[in-house]
Amino acid sequence: MNDLLEYTLRLGDDALIAAQRTGEWIAAAPQLEEDVALGNIALDQLGQARSLLQYAGSLDGRTEDELAYFRDEREFLNLQLCELPNGDFAFAMARLLYFATYQHLLYDELRSGADETLAGVAGKAVKEVAYHVDHATQWVLRLGDGTEESHRRMQAALEALWPYTAEMFASDDLVRRLSVAVDPSTLQDEWTNRVLAVIDQSTCERPSSSYQHSGGRSGRHTEHMGFLLAELQHVARSHPGATW
Amino acid sequence: MVTDAAIFEAVGEVADPEVPVLTIADLGVLRGVRHEGDDVVVTITPTYSGCPAMDLIRHEVELTLRSLNVDGRVETVLSPAWTTDWMTEAGKTKLTEYGIAPPSSTGPVLLQLSIRCPLCGSPDTSELSRFGSTSCKSLWRCNSCREPFDHFKAI
Repeated sequence: MNDLLEYTLRLGDDALIAAQRTGEWIAAAPQLEEDVALGNIALDQLGQARSLLQYAGSLDGRTEDELAYFRDEREFLNLQLCELPNGDFAFAMARLLYFATYQHLLYDELRSGADETLAGVAGKAVKEVAYHVDHATQWVLRLGDGTEESHRRMQAALEALWPYTAEMFASDDLVRRLSVAVDPSTLQDEWTNRVLAVIDQSTCERPSSSYQHSGGRSGRHTEHMGFLLAELQHVARSHPGATW
Repeated sequence: MVTDAAIFEAVGEVADPEVPVLTIADLGVLRGVRHEGDDVVVTITPTYSGCPAMDLIRHEVELTLRSLNVDGRVETVLSPAWTTDWMTEAGKTKLTEYGIAPPSSTGPVLLQLSIRCPLCGSPDTSELSRFGSTSCKSLWRCNSCREPFDHFKAI
């Protein structure tokens, strides 16, 4: 697989799998406004995924649908952070804080990058993702600095997801070789500053886990990924070629 | 031959399916019309990456081209990224009359100016949710007339 294709798939798969998990909240969120908010956020993520997968597909003659529906688990290059099951609402907001802050820093760099298409996608997405960061921040503050129960859940969620954050910043040969790519390791300090500032303000403790998972970028996923893909892909695979 | 300007004017009348009071020219979604040989290329840009209205807008533009007996295609461009500053003044007026508070300009000032209630004009309003019925809107309430209303988000 060529470098640009693989890099674009990483970004596109992150957005696609995040959209799938965020979308699962629709009609299950704690209040109506939150259903609408998470529906909008999922739609932004799906829109980014479509643009990125269209571009990836244009590089090797596949359509966005073929990439989304007809690849198997080991061919998906998304972060494990994106595929973990939803858990409770605090878990969703902790994940959105971690992921959207990362995406915001990444897209902000990418929009002035040398690849015109990636820069175009990033230039649009960075404005959308700023809203996602803002939304997650508000909730982390409200839950962390809320009741005893909401504080306990927020703390548990921040802690549970922390071991999936280093994967976002793992540098490898591909990003060092590919000049249009953003080396994600350059984003880690700023990400840590921003996220810890929110956690501190929320009165939660900084997560202490030092163990970090990895593997998503090379197609190794958690046991949850297969179930997610089954739901995402089964209609398209049961009725191949169907249009609606 | 139909001129590019005439085609721009005609396809510019296509309405946004989500906010039908606005045309794609009002919104700044219609970016341009050009000839490539005998073919006409219309470029449009989405307001948000995931805007579900784009497929319908593309279809409506194609129908309009056909009604003008023009052979052409529609291209979607992402760059430069759409901003609410591209919305025309006429569009903003139509939005207000329709009951949606128009976007304020996105200039260098980050200060959030108060959003006027499109129904009673009061500046005493509060945000209920940063996300509304479509990607491009947030949900507000007027503290004066107590009516909820949509605000077109400035991006």
